[in-house]
Amino acid sequence: MSPTSQPGDRPARGASPMAKPVLSVRNLAKAFGSNVVLRDIDLDVRRGNVVALIGPSGSGKTTVLRSLNGLETPDAGTVTFADTDTGTDLALDFSAKVSKKDVSDLRDRSAMVFQHYNLFPHMTVLQNVIEGPVQVQKRKRAEAIADAEKLLARVGLSDKRDAYPFELSGGQQQRVGIVRALALKPQLLLFDEPTSALDPELVGEVLGVIQELAEEGWTMVIVTHELAFARQVADEVIFMDGGVVVERGPAAEVLRAPRQERTRQFVRRLLHEF
Amino acid sequence: MPFNWDLVWSSFGPIVTGAVTGTIPLTLASFVLGLALALLVALMRLSRNAVVSGAARFYVSVIRGTPLLVQLFVIFYGLPSLGVKLDPWPSAIIAFSLNVGGYAAEVIRAAILSVPKGQWEAGHTIGMSSGQALRRIILPQAARVSVPPLSNTFISLVKDTSLASLILVTELFRNAQQIAAFSQEFMVLYLEAALVYWVVCLALSTGQSALEKRLDRYVAH
Repeated sequence: MSPTSQPGDRPARGASPMAKPVLSVRNLAKAFGSNVVLRDIDLDVRRGNVVALIGPSGSGKTTVLRSLNGLETPDAGTVTFADTDTGTDLALDFSAKVSKKDVSDLRDRSAMVFQHYNLFPHMTVLQNVIEGPVQVQKRKRAEAIADAEKLLARVGLSDKRDAYPFELSGGQQQRVGIVRALALKPQLLLFDEPTSALDPELVGEVLGVIQELAEEGWTMVIVTHELAFARQVADEVIFMDGGVVVERGPAAEVLRAPRQERTRQFVRRLLHEF
Repeated sequence: MPFNWDLVWSSFGPIVTGAVTGTIPLTLASFVLGLALALLVALMRLSRNAVVSGAARFYVSVIRGTPLLVQLFVIFYGLPSLGVKLDPWPSAIIAFSLNVGGYAAEVIRAAILSVPKGQWEAGHTIGMSSGQALRRIILPQAARVSVPPLSNTFISLVKDTSLASLILVTELFRNAQQIAAFSQEFMVLYLEAALVYWVVCLALSTGQSALEKRLDRYVAH
């Protein structure tokens, strides 16, 4: 336990810090025209760990997350996935041209939960969840449905199986978004501000699900503004500002006793907004 | 002058036959081919390749900027001078398909663009290729948006096929014209033709409403 730990902090657990990370990002850089959004970002995620990316809007945290899923193409840097199944790593070097095959392999390893859910509005909840497994992963439909039903039951949405997204509340839609990601059986879950679009009273139900996943040992990278939540679930917190990592470390340390002035200001502002 | 009811009844058969064997199949064939062409042109327009999108833009511009009658005449009366001699039916189907292709391409392009970018991303993130995302995620949503404008195109096409009478296709209006010329009862015959067109278009409007209702089942009201 770190000296600063208090009740409510995430208990230390997971893989030893010496273990090889599942995901390694080195020197990630990206600019939109003359606007530099990422500079030299490094990131390691170990199996079973939760990394929270925090920072003001425009800090580049979402761009980092989207790069991990191939939704953004960085200008430079490497993303490496340790593959425990085959023993061969998947390594993408964005300084050179990255093949479509590599991007699609990268995507296969992770699944994304979006701020605005991005459910498919023309499909029912069940169809949303099995679309990836059936259409992309070519799994048997009956099997995919059985899995989907189990996952929906877990997040308390069994009765919404045949509803269309527009019939659900934001919190329910986001839980479906999480189930859609889980159904892909990814090695890594990516969350892009999963509660930012929700009404305040619906935030809890979504954070609750994410916390359960953390406890189950899912490997996750979460972009969030919910600092109290980050302190509870994250093993590591990375504070970004202006496209660079300003500070990183165990959640309790970074959020409770930040070393950098910029981090201090940010944390203070978010924790004492009123 | 007494109203010529006998003529109304006796001409009704040929006019409806013209609709069933001419107007309707010509419309359906041209619309289906035209839609396929329109989808292709819309995707070309959305291409990042400047040559590809430029070619599509040029095509749409020519189709929309020239009269349908002129397009029809170029194909039927003009092409033979280049050694391409087409019969009336193929000429008509080609001309109408090209025409629908130009107009519907813009509708489909706009409909595809109206689907939020997050839908493409959600498709990609569950592992879909762009083609798969287009087919499974984007087009079904674009279809809903494009039903009203495409129905307009379809209904216009029904009436536009009357122009095919000018390149000797036996359809509704040509039959009416011939009986009119023979009987000299222009008013009766042309009103009758108008009535049959109207009935066909009414039926299509009903179909449009049913289709819209079906496609609207997944949006909030």
